[in-house]
Amino acid sequence: MKALLICEFQDGKLLEGYRELLGFAESLGVEASLLVIGNEAILPPFAGRIYLADSAKYNEFDPDAHKRLALAVVDKERPDVIALLHTSYGWDLAPRLAAGLKAALISEVVGLVEGGYEVTACNAKLRRSVLPQTETAVVTLQAGAFPAAGPGSGSPQVERIELPEAAPARIEFLGYIPAEKKDVDLTRAEVIVSAGRGLGKKENVGLVEALAKAFKGEVAATRPVVHAGWLSDSHLVGITGQTVAPKLYVACGISGATQHQVGMRKSAFIVAINKDRDAPIGELADVLVVADVLQFLPALTARLAKP
Amino acid sequence: MKILVCVKQVPDMESSFRVNAAGDWLDERDLAFRMNEYDEFAVEQAIRLKEQEGGAPDVTVLSIGPARVVEAIKKALAMGADRGVHIQDDRAHEKDPWQIASAIAAFARDKAFDFVFTGFQSQDRGSAQVGALVAEMLDYACATTLVSFDWDGTSVTADRELEQGILGRVRFRPPAVVTCQLNLNTPRYPTLPNIMKARQKELLAFPVGDLLKESPMSSTGKLYPPEKKSHGRILEGEVGALADQLVAILKSETGVLH
Repeated sequence: MKALLICEFQDGKLLEGYRELLGFAESLGVEASLLVIGNEAILPPFAGRIYLADSAKYNEFDPDAHKRLALAVVDKERPDVIALLHTSYGWDLAPRLAAGLKAALISEVVGLVEGGYEVTACNAKLRRSVLPQTETAVVTLQAGAFPAAGPGSGSPQVERIELPEAAPARIEFLGYIPAEKKDVDLTRAEVIVSAGRGLGKKENVGLVEALAKAFKGEVAATRPVVHAGWLSDSHLVGITGQTVAPKLYVACGISGATQHQVGMRKSAFIVAINKDRDAPIGELADVLVVADVLQFLPALTARLAKP
Repeated sequence: MKILVCVKQVPDMESSFRVNAAGDWLDERDLAFRMNEYDEFAVEQAIRLKEQEGGAPDVTVLSIGPARVVEAIKKALAMGADRGVHIQDDRAHEKDPWQIASAIAAFARDKAFDFVFTGFQSQDRGSAQVGALVAEMLDYACATTLVSFDWDGTSVTADRELEQGILGRVRFRPPAVVTCQLNLNTPRYPTLPNIMKARQKELLAFPVGDLLKESPMSSTGKLYPPEKKSHGRILEGEVGALADQLVAILKSETGVLH
């Protein structure tokens, strides 16, 4: 069995996620080679084959060209599985590649099962096993689902990839727009108290703020809360917001959608307060408090105020 | 200009889900269904484009599934789409993304749509594949995960949502498939007069077998609830007692309370 791992290169840097791709190949117990569309200066230490295409020529984002480059590598390498991360780059490229190969694509894989892969369903409330019906499978991996491999060692055997002819990019990449500067740096907080849709309305966010103050921590929010305008997007934790790992994360009225889990699951200790004992956040929680968040938060804040 | 919008009807994500007897999909009894949230942004963007072009573009909204999905089509018609297409399939949940995309592409192939709008992913399966697969099958350009869309009469300039608040700006021309991220716009609520008007709009229906000739690339094994974290504790009871228990745990197991 062989795996081709497609790395991501953004703003001149190789994204660290490639180590999760290597971790995935280790979990499968297969030989891995990498495709990097970047440049020689950023190649990671790796004792295997790296297919290298030049991003100065093929850009960091050009789905049509990257698809053709990947197909050219697949043709040489004949991998059994082709893996990308389930990111804005991966979920954009993977279907194009799967269509080109007429291969199964299994998206946002969180684990391995007999004969296939495990994915999430219904906002992470359920799991589904998906079995490829084709010899070659393309998979995208949920960020953080597979342990990152160590830093690696050795020098790769580099094989350069060129396309026989350039085609005009149908999706022309104009550049990156950096994230707005956050007025809240959640990444340094020891305690984060986070507000979810279960708070019901904007007026109730004060309960989360009061608890955060009692812990001398920061206030965070899920995407629906930011979307509804209850808190500004500088408080957003999740795939599209900040990724945090505090000593204590208190999830208040948060069901635990994947978007959010990915941003907070490395927290050292997770407390979830939810009236639904089957909420997916329970999967991550060290302690799940089954209670009405509007009643429990004031009780906990008051208890912390006692000497 | 001709526009196609592809919408899916999904269960309300706040539901408690049960697995069906076959163990491969949801038990649909007691579930309320609604338009996939991401697709609401797709419908809205299509209608905005129609309005920007003085109402001239023709907007078709398509959905695949059993009879209930007509409700999602009607909502899109009430938001301003011109015509509905129901691809009838009582076993749509058994189709993989490749088959769903094939059926859509088979419908769209000879119709010369300039834009195909759809949600970036569905809330129930979340594969984020169908839009890009349709584009590949039709040989259209495809821009995914858009949070802005600016049509200047010739090309679209749009922002893709990347990770950690970063955006990637792209430009493309029709024909194109566009997949919509949450927050792309603010979907309108259908007004009562528009809901009434929508009842008069054309609603076509085709059995899925007329369009779908492809076999699946993947199949569902089983659907099941996730395992709980093995060391996770569940506390239940009166809130005052719960607060005492939690504080005791935090004092002994975390360094944040002294």
